[in-house]
Amino acid sequence: MSAMIIRNARVIDPANKRDEVGDVYISDGKIVASKSEIRNPKSEIGEINAKGLIVAPGLIDMHVHLREPGFSHKETIESGAGAAAAGGFTTVVCMPNTSPAADNPSTIAWIRDRAAAVACVNVLPTGAISKNLAGEELAPIGSLAQAGVVAITDDGHCVQNHEVMRRAVEYARMVDLPVFDHCQEYNLVGNGVIHEAYWSTLLGLPGWPAAGEEAMVMRNILLAELCDHHIHCQHLTTAGSVRLIREARARGVKISGEVCPHHIALTDEAIQNFDTNCKMNPPLRTQADVNALLEGIADRTLSILCSDHAPHADFEKEVEFDAAPFGIIGLETELGLFLDLLVHKHRKIDIARLIEMYTVEPARLLKIDAGTLSTGAPADVTLIDPKLEWTVRVDQFQSASRNSPFDGWKLKGRAVRTIVSGKTVWKL
Amino acid sequence: MTTRWTRKDLLGLRELSADQINFVLETADAFKEVGTRQIKKVPALRGKTLVNFFVEPSTRTRTSFELAAFRLSADVINISASDSSLTKGETLKDTARNLEALHADILVLRHGSAGAPQFLASRLKASVINAGDGAHEHPTQALLDLYTIRERRGKIDGLHVAIIGDILFSRVARSNIFGLLKLGARVTLVGPSTLVSREFEKLGVEVSYKIDDVLPKVDVVNLLRIQHERQRREYFPGLGEYTRLFGLTKERAKLLKPDCLIMHPGPINRGVEIDSDVADGVQSVILDQVTNGLAVRMAVLFLCGGISTE
Repeated sequence: MSAMIIRNARVIDPANKRDEVGDVYISDGKIVASKSEIRNPKSEIGEINAKGLIVAPGLIDMHVHLREPGFSHKETIESGAGAAAAGGFTTVVCMPNTSPAADNPSTIAWIRDRAAAVACVNVLPTGAISKNLAGEELAPIGSLAQAGVVAITDDGHCVQNHEVMRRAVEYARMVDLPVFDHCQEYNLVGNGVIHEAYWSTLLGLPGWPAAGEEAMVMRNILLAELCDHHIHCQHLTTAGSVRLIREARARGVKISGEVCPHHIALTDEAIQNFDTNCKMNPPLRTQADVNALLEGIADRTLSILCSDHAPHADFEKEVEFDAAPFGIIGLETELGLFLDLLVHKHRKIDIARLIEMYTVEPARLLKIDAGTLSTGAPADVTLIDPKLEWTVRVDQFQSASRNSPFDGWKLKGRAVRTIVSGKTVWKL
Repeated sequence: MTTRWTRKDLLGLRELSADQINFVLETADAFKEVGTRQIKKVPALRGKTLVNFFVEPSTRTRTSFELAAFRLSADVINISASDSSLTKGETLKDTARNLEALHADILVLRHGSAGAPQFLASRLKASVINAGDGAHEHPTQALLDLYTIRERRGKIDGLHVAIIGDILFSRVARSNIFGLLKLGARVTLVGPSTLVSREFEKLGVEVSYKIDDVLPKVDVVNLLRIQHERQRREYFPGLGEYTRLFGLTKERAKLLKPDCLIMHPGPINRGVEIDSDVADGVQSVILDQVTNGLAVRMAVLFLCGGISTE
């Protein structure tokens, strides 16, 4: 394997508390300490002058839908991995709501084999909490752990029965897997498609109340305490959820939360023209909720950033608002949106913390060997130009789908090169 | 009539100005006269094809549009959900594009999903007329309500209108709210708190749960049908209790000002939201609404249908 030296960059490696102008050395797919440690120095050494750029550990998005097996007209593991690379991600964690659902070791094995064959980034599967994501009987969580899942979740669905959830969390603790939960109380939410407030009232669309999320966040806090095991609340959206998580973390409860860029970039007002690319679950909320999410990110209540990349084909999204599937793609816009909004516009966190939320935080939760530039670590590296101004063009996306509300947005900051195991898999 | 109509579609009243609403009402005046003639037909839309595309069942609104189109000499076809390809899995967009490929000029759409008319209007060259979309808007119903109030009271500005019943699920209520406020009326919503949330106050209306306090003050009551056939149970305990708390009984009707108009978009549930005698009483303008609906729909078809040829 070839070697590479990235020179003159601002190296930000939160795992090692490193933030300085310097060089990064790669040999045989690993990070090495210096040029002298590059093996086979006679072979060609690639050199990148990264002046003005940031070199970060490869970013991790721990909430994506790659749609395979079963929905390859929306995305494939190959195209989704390409989108990840283009967005600056070297590792993605894919959700189990495939067809068949990833509730069994064979499907996990198939996903891992497929990823090894075609994906240009690391693809780590999650397994289901319950059989067929139905929320009734436990999936074979121990076998899923042996098959290599990094977490269990029924994402897209939410286990409603608290007893089933309790036993899943207790069981997951035994096999040392974190539990992710899409927080949605079905009775409260009903057939809601838009945040329940002013715009749902005006437009006559069925409302999805904030309490529908918060009820399950509260449930998860109680179960995390009861079972003394980590529950991670996915894509949080409401001020109430932030408040609950903040209070629970202050008490030492093993609970965490993540934020998607669309929930801070847009509010429910964006739905006034019935754009189905503004329909996602949980829905866009109000400005007060956006402000609370921003504060939650700033004070570390919310520790993880992710996309909830959810590809759907044009013909699926080009239907009545009620009938459209939930979700938008995000891998190729999330870093730009978060840099633009969190670092540049709202100044809620600095770029080092943003990188930490995309590397150290998910790696610690998932207990994976990633998210660091430590000597000997896999040479997964993302080069970021934090000041580059660019325009989102969905027709240039690597993803197989185009369902993004951000087409035409002008953003500041993006990844310019993505390196996985020492190999450049994408470059602007 | 100095306003010129430039809209291809009629999707709702929220998007119209007061001038545009008044222009439709004035145009309807001319068409109302047509209905009193021996020969009730004018050639305004001769050679045009109108499709009544009713994805959600309706008899009253569909026949009103159909008759309005006949009186304008348009060719009319009716398609309902059960005989369209939607039941075979075809998307709304594909169905509508097929209708357009047959050179339909005007598509009158009734659909259970809010925003469905917007969806088609932005994708089709044909005029799209919203005949009711989910709980969003029902603009021609509100226009005929406005027309009826204006006809009986000579104005709308300054009147106080109570809309009573299931507001949450009512497209009639929303279109009425938008139209009445634009034309200067004061609006009070009345109904069970589960169906009339305080959130509606942000639209510029008042909300009351005490019907007996509201009735003596208003110039118009517009009673909405309680759609109990598709009501989830949790919204209120039952029809008996609804009538006790919010029904326009004979006793309650005595609280009304003598010249207060009683309106209802129909079909009425006698004995539920309105007492049978009250529905047929002197203050009731329920059948005028039906007659005026024809004139208003002729005006809307004429205005929007005329645009697409230019």
